[in-house]
Amino acid sequence: MIDVVYFAWVRERIGLPKERIETDARTVAELVAELRRREPRYDAAFADVSALRVAVDQQLSDFDASLAGAREVAFFPPMTGG
Amino acid sequence: MTVRVQQATFDIGREVSGFAKGRSDVGAIVTFTGVVRDVGDGLRHMLIEHYPAMTQNAIEKIEAEAAQRWSLGDSLIIHRFGPLEPGELIMMVATAAPHRADAFQAAEFLMDYLKSRAPFWKKEVTRNGEAWVCAKEEDEDALRRW
Repeated sequence: MIDVVYFAWVRERIGLPKERIETDARTVAELVAELRRREPRYDAAFADVSALRVAVDQQLSDFDASLAGAREVAFFPPMTGG
Repeated sequence: MTVRVQQATFDIGREVSGFAKGRSDVGAIVTFTGVVRDVGDGLRHMLIEHYPAMTQNAIEKIEAEAAQRWSLGDSLIIHRFGPLEPGELIMMVATAAPHRADAFQAAEFLMDYLKSRAPFWKKEVTRNGEAWVCAKEEDEDALRRW
């Protein structure tokens, strides 16, 4: 089980802020592929991963990062703080 | 070293006058304040979303990096979230150092990193509709100079 959280337009496109997912995905990329197969709204949100950033357990990470032991994965657009 | 992520506004004067107070080793204090600006689209308000579980730690890491690179006596970062109207304060950075070069550079470094590495997202709600603010290529370029 892993918590998947979404922010900004990713949250809006998928239509929910957070969900708990039963998955065997070993990497972020595998999780993305699995989500894209679910429904068109996921497919649309993840169509261009170069437009997305990912954090694994609240640490900025990469799409090839391992999910071993991970509890939370977050997907969001590039940050616009300051 | 203080980081505050909050919805409420803050008083710049009070923050600055309390910052690094009584420190005899500080010769320079630099402050930067970000303000909600209407770029001409009739901005009604700006919505700032963040990642509560990550924001504080991410900013503390950026602050710790600045403290390693420059001789800093102290630093303060305040960043707001929620709906903000044009003219409202968004955030502030203050740095205190023995000399001004360190204080200025550290403040710029903090600003550059807060812009693209702290988990905040801005949405502008204007009279013509609403849109997420896109990260700019130049923001990413700004990180490469450090």
